[in-house]
Amino acid sequence: MNGTAPAVGFRDLYKGFDSQRLFEGINLELPDHAVTAIVGASGCGKSTLLNLINGLLCPDRGEVTVFGKPLDYDHLPAVRRRIGYAVQQIGLMPHLRVRDNVQLLATLEKWDQSRRQARIEKLFTLMDLDLALLERYPHQISGGQAQRVGLCRAMMLEPPLLLLDEAFSAVDPITRVEVHERFEYLQQEEKRAVVLVTHDMAEAIKLADHLVVMGPGRVLQAGSPDEIQHAPASADVSRLMEARS
Amino acid sequence: MIRITLLMVLMLTAGIAQAAETISIGSKADREGHLLGEIFAQKLENDGFNVDRRFGLGQTVVSYQALAGGEIDVYPEYTGTIAQTIFKTDDNEIDALNSIASQRDLRILPSLGFNNTYALTMKGEQAEKLGMHTIGDLAEHPELRLGLSHEFIERDDGWKGLSRAYNLPQQPTGLEHGIAYQAINDGRIDLTDAYSTDGDLQRFNLILLEDDQNYFPQYLAVPFIRADLPQAAIYSLSQLAGLINENRMQSMNAEVSAEGKSFSSVAHEFLTEENLIAADSSFQARSIWDELGEDLIRHLELTLSALALACVVGLPLSLLVYRMPRISRVVLYVAGLLQTIPSIALLALMIPLFGIGVFPAIVALFLYSLLPIVRAAITALLTVDPLLTRVAKGMGLTKREQLRHVLIPLAAPNMLTGIKTAAIINIGTATLAAFIGAGGLGDPIVTGLSLNNYELVLYGAVPAAMLAIITELAFEVLERVTIPAHMRGLKRS
Repeated sequence: MNGTAPAVGFRDLYKGFDSQRLFEGINLELPDHAVTAIVGASGCGKSTLLNLINGLLCPDRGEVTVFGKPLDYDHLPAVRRRIGYAVQQIGLMPHLRVRDNVQLLATLEKWDQSRRQARIEKLFTLMDLDLALLERYPHQISGGQAQRVGLCRAMMLEPPLLLLDEAFSAVDPITRVEVHERFEYLQQEEKRAVVLVTHDMAEAIKLADHLVVMGPGRVLQAGSPDEIQHAPASADVSRLMEARS
Repeated sequence: MIRITLLMVLMLTAGIAQAAETISIGSKADREGHLLGEIFAQKLENDGFNVDRRFGLGQTVVSYQALAGGEIDVYPEYTGTIAQTIFKTDDNEIDALNSIASQRDLRILPSLGFNNTYALTMKGEQAEKLGMHTIGDLAEHPELRLGLSHEFIERDDGWKGLSRAYNLPQQPTGLEHGIAYQAINDGRIDLTDAYSTDGDLQRFNLILLEDDQNYFPQYLAVPFIRADLPQAAIYSLSQLAGLINENRMQSMNAEVSAEGKSFSSVAHEFLTEENLIAADSSFQARSIWDELGEDLIRHLELTLSALALACVVGLPLSLLVYRMPRISRVVLYVAGLLQTIPSIALLALMIPLFGIGVFPAIVALFLYSLLPIVRAAITALLTVDPLLTRVAKGMGLTKREQLRHVLIPLAAPNMLTGIKTAAIINIGTATLAAFIGAGGLGDPIVTGLSLNNYELVLYGAVPAAMLAIITELAFEVLERVTIPAHMRGLKRS
């Protein structure tokens, strides 16, 4: 990490729901300028970990840092605008045209028209989206297009950190390959820290520079995909790695 | 010459000063009250006053409350009603009543000249043939058949007391008052009970038997006024004293009910005949269309102000409470409770709080509109897809931005439906506002009901129905303009 702060840090993190402990003392650092995939069986707390990063959830104890600074829970909207967020169900606003969905945050940040247009055009080119889609409503575009529009929306403000919660999961396998390609292309063009939650081990190994393998409520192993594939820390990890399709 | 000029200037300035006074004239919702109110109004107008007509104020309670509260300055009332219903006293002499009235800053002016009370009536020819003039004469004719209304037979101050007072031998049969005159006409009965100023008496050639023992309580028609009425206005109304006897009132009532003349033209004819106003005074019976136009505008005022108020209160209230299930349940419960109060009762409840007229009507309509608006808004906000609110929050929208850009636009179609429902309920309910003097399209309906004139009822009911339909269409247009096609009628995205 060459002396730069990690993009995300968890220090001695505790989190539970309804008096049931989920995380007990998680310590983890996620590198900047790299794609980190968080993998693990469903229910192990992958999405919870992601939602702790942008403050949608609060830890019971311990600290979350973003680029070296503790998360400022008093100014979450401002913090979140520096953290792109895209989810599996996408959640495009049905009452807004694609253009207004993508540029909503930029409008609120008072970007002028030409700056917004330039950013949209760049993102649409990177994502291989037709500019004509901008004038459509979300229900008038395909699932694969919607998924990519969701990514454009998350990256509109050029956030240094991007959180993807199963963001490639809701499309068919062929479309998913296309979206993966666009994502990798994007990551080459605009290098940023990405935290990707996925249940798909193949996707994780394909896209990630760094893997975090989770078991129920704890980190089983963290490291590069190669390291983990060749030297799994436990039988649980190797079982998970073998589950790749 | 100088003196004459001076006098003219004085008279003119006096006239101008007087003209600045506006006098509110009320009446109950019955035909006779309306007609007398119109006579008061035209007389005062002729004498230089501005007049505000607040006719059709429900029953005695409403009119009296309006007078006592200063909402109106005068309305026609009957001494018997003032004594029994309002002051709860047995003495119905005007002097005695005035001593009570003065304590309440009210005053009763001398009688207009007729007594609208119970009476016995029979065919004029038959009375002449039998030489009958008084109720006492009945004792000599036990063969006469009496058909009396059920209420009259039952009341202590009806047949029971009457037959005892006059020692009458007849056994009356009970029948509906509505068919009694026809029954006399057909010769099936000889006498029935009646109100002494009933306009139908003349149509059937019926005469009243004189109550020579003064058995029936006196219901003398009087102007019931506020004591602080300007002297000139009191003088103007006092000039009507003694001018209308039972026959005169009967025929004026008949002109309205049987001949279909307007209140204003019957009142005008009366005042002209009595030389109280100049015959050539530029009187024009107001056309039904002028009045309808005014009623329609008033109706819109009532419904739109109440609706706007309900939106201004109801929508922010919904935004405030929708996230707190317990509080929003309380809000919905209270709003629902208000809705269950019958509209006429809610309007009546407004009188002690806010008097009569436009303001209390708007308050009542506002309370009525709250439920549909709040219920629709809370439901709409609660059914917004939680995914969308989570994404909006996760993207970094502030609470206010989430409301403005996500919640409100997504809830808007259902909110609008609630507002539309409230508007349409309002248009219907506002017709009842006429009972508390708020005017609107209820005015012709109330008057029509008191006249048994269904044509007049339709003059109010048809525009009200049309207004409801137009409102429905207007909201459809509004929806089309403000909400994208795929969002219309959308419950969940």
